[in-house]
Amino acid sequence: MASTDVKVIGAAPSPFVNRVQIALNLKSVDYEFLEEKMGSKSELLLKSNPVHKKIPVMIHGGKPICESLIIVQYIDEAWTDGPSILPSDPYARAMARFWAAYVDDKFYPTFRAFGSAEGEEAKAVAREQLMEAIMLLEDAFAKCGKGKDFFGGDTIGYLDIAIGCFLGWMRAVEKMSDIKLIDETKTPGLFGWAKRFGSNAAVKDVLPKTETLVEIAKMMAAKAKAQ
Amino acid sequence: MADDLKVFRTWSSPFALRIIWALQLKGLEYETIFEDLSQKSPLLLQYNPTYKKVPVLVHNGKPISESLVILEYIEETWKQDPLLPEDPYERAKARFWAKFIDEKLSQSVIDVLLTEAKEQEEAVPRAKENLKYIEEELKGNKFFGGATIGFTDIALGWTANWLPLIEKVTGIKLIDADKFPRISEWMQNFCDVPVIKANWPSYDKMVTKIQGIREKCLAPK
Repeated sequence: MASTDVKVIGAAPSPFVNRVQIALNLKSVDYEFLEEKMGSKSELLLKSNPVHKKIPVMIHGGKPICESLIIVQYIDEAWTDGPSILPSDPYARAMARFWAAYVDDKFYPTFRAFGSAEGEEAKAVAREQLMEAIMLLEDAFAKCGKGKDFFGGDTIGYLDIAIGCFLGWMRAVEKMSDIKLIDETKTPGLFGWAKRFGSNAAVKDVLPKTETLVEIAKMMAAKAKAQ
Repeated sequence: MADDLKVFRTWSSPFALRIIWALQLKGLEYETIFEDLSQKSPLLLQYNPTYKKVPVLVHNGKPISESLVILEYIEETWKQDPLLPEDPYERAKARFWAKFIDEKLSQSVIDVLLTEAKEQEEAVPRAKENLKYIEEELKGNKFFGGATIGFTDIALGWTANWLPLIEKVTGIKLIDADKFPRISEWMQNFCDVPVIKANWPSYDKMVTKIQGIREKCLAPK
């Protein structure tokens, strides 16, 4: 059902924005995408998210919702027609929320630290911490997915979205740093999952291409050096 | 089958208190296991291998960690005395503020406790700026949850205990009744709720503990 009632303020390369887009796609909800220009924040963004001034923001019927995982939960609760994003069992929901929080609180900062580490020693430490986090996620895949295709079971769910949004950037980092983050032998669960997630109809047009992200990373590094 | 509920906590953990409040507000019975964090029990390490922290709720043998995750679990499992509103937008707002409290507000308030001199002078306005967002959000309601306490009130509740303690230990009053009339009133109303009143940790022990935290942080390395 077409709906200009839903707007997403974001930027295509942002994994947090991608979470919202994937969730809306899963529910077959149309939306208007308002792309923020890099390096500046629009009036609408500042008005809609005065506390954090960050993307993504989703505006539904004029009301703004902020924080990507909170938006995904909102989408699940506001559109009950489509497939469920969170599992129905309360314990499974708790596990999905726990690991999604781990992704934001531990995995993501570790991932960023690896990307920005300078010097051999710092790089080695960051690399070890990142690989530890990825091994925990491999373990979580076995526990939550229980042998099925996705963290959410047979279909993509909350935790798939929370982690999967980083696949584009993970591949970009793999290319730029000559490292394997998701490896067929070391993390076979995640390896298979990543392929299935990336090719899913709700995801494939959302995750940016690796080459695009590598270009953006180079551009950002050049800008940082120039300052 | 009667539910078997266990809560792993410490006597002072403000995050564990959230779970105690939620369980009592819903009239649930549970067993309490007090942990000594300098000597964590094998059970705690088994139930929360990722973070090795309290609180942990164990329901019929299945553990859940992270206080806000536990609160949502309690809310979804026991539907009486709801803590979250029904409307999806209002729920999103409640979750937003709980996250703000845990991520931005907490650190800025603790910074006031853990610093002195110039660093502390800079920390105070940052904490007050974050408190101002809360002040505005209260908008003349008795509680964030309306007439009774809810999810956001529970998330914010630790401040009703810690802000006066921080004042006692540092001399800095972050909540001035003139500048923060709504939060001041909220704190009074919150502390009057029987379940809240009944569960505060010992004031004297908390003063000693918070003093200790500050001194340890400020001690020359």
